[in-house]
Amino acid sequence: MARYDRAITVFSPDGHLFQVEYALEAVRKGNAAVGVRGTDTIVLGVEKKSTPKLQDSRSVRKIVSLDTHIALACAGLKADARVLINRARIECQSHRLTVEDPVTVEYITRYIAGLQQKYTQSGGVRPFGLSTLIVGFDPYTGVPALYQTDPSGTFSAWKANATGRNSNSMREFLEKNYKETSGQETVKLAIRALLEVVESGGKNIEIAVMTKEHGLRQLEEAEIDAIVAEIEAEKAAAEAAKKAPSRDT
Amino acid sequence: MECVFGMVGDGFALVAADTSAVHSILVHKSNEDKVMILDSHKLLGASGEAGDRSFTEYIQKNVHVYEFRNGIPLTTAATANFTRCELALALRKVRPSCPVHIVFLVSQNPYFVNILLAGYDKNIGPSLYYIDYIATLHKVDKGAFGYGSYFTLSMMDRHYKSGMSLEEAIDLVDKCIIEIRSRLVVAPPNFVIKIVDKDGAREYAWRESIKDAAGVSAA
Repeated sequence: MARYDRAITVFSPDGHLFQVEYALEAVRKGNAAVGVRGTDTIVLGVEKKSTPKLQDSRSVRKIVSLDTHIALACAGLKADARVLINRARIECQSHRLTVEDPVTVEYITRYIAGLQQKYTQSGGVRPFGLSTLIVGFDPYTGVPALYQTDPSGTFSAWKANATGRNSNSMREFLEKNYKETSGQETVKLAIRALLEVVESGGKNIEIAVMTKEHGLRQLEEAEIDAIVAEIEAEKAAAEAAKKAPSRDT
Repeated sequence: MECVFGMVGDGFALVAADTSAVHSILVHKSNEDKVMILDSHKLLGASGEAGDRSFTEYIQKNVHVYEFRNGIPLTTAATANFTRCELALALRKVRPSCPVHIVFLVSQNPYFVNILLAGYDKNIGPSLYYIDYIATLHKVDKGAFGYGSYFTLSMMDRHYKSGMSLEEAIDLVDKCIIEIRSRLVVAPPNFVIKIVDKDGAREYAWRESIKDAAGVSAA
């Protein structure tokens, strides 16, 4: 087989790596994804673009487990995601095998980000076209964590973040409305952020909740619908209160 | 010296193994657990060279990767065949360096480990697989490895019947252990018994005649 030694990702005269920036464009076209870290709960939410009638929606899982205590959601090229997720799952078990301990969220994030970076500095390959949101509980301290990686291979920890389509609007919403939450409040905050950019309704949103005791749990459509209804009711009540403040005696 | 044996009963399978870790004439410890719980419904009893028994950990991690990748656990039969293939590959083939699954070692020496794999699958029921170190694979109702097998196989030939209840099976296991203790010249003193049934894989009991306590020896 011919050796692939010609680099595709090279610097431009003004210091940009265009391939990486184009990869970020691909991310911006991907579905919206949001992650919110609570004190005892972490929530991942992903927009479900309209499923074709004949497609079995169960085979399109957008929020996946990497290990019993780590989950991942992403925005961008789903086929690239499959490759990264596969490598990450193997790394989680490989780590358990060699050091007899589960990975920390930071470790596996660093691993995935490292992979993404490698593909920006290798011959014959293009960068991965996705950003990931990685959540989990530290296996020793039980502290929840949320990390984000992007096609350049950088990663950082967040209290709440969004990626994909309209991520700026979601991030603005989260910056305005974030506060320390736990349990159901964290779920509500994540759904409210998603609803800023997604058509409301259980069938357009996929939500997964991770807790220390129960690991990752995907919410059913009916559950999501119920929470969305609660949120809408709260919104309506807030609107009504705004419109008629003098009525309250 | 090392004894592992197992059998299939009515709705369950069990594996019993001795618990001595021995190096030449020295017993390092007598509470070494050689029966690994692979996943919720599988047991892997391994006997043989101490270093190679960690091969079972490698199998366990690969079984877990499969579960995460595919969302459902491997069947017992698939696990048995996977294990056998890994043992067979180690006999001749140099391993690929890019991880298709986890790479353990680049090795061309056989893993000196004999394995009894017991599992419970929802639609199939309990099953037991005999896998020896040169990658022989048999699906069996009862099996044994080691010098103890000379005695346990004979006892099981005499007393085993298919569809035994758990009490009958444990009774047979105890009979086998008595035979090993009384007839094998370097008989291991302690055994562990693990079972797997529809409720999962778990430790059932220990049979100890010597405890690893400092100073005081048991009766």
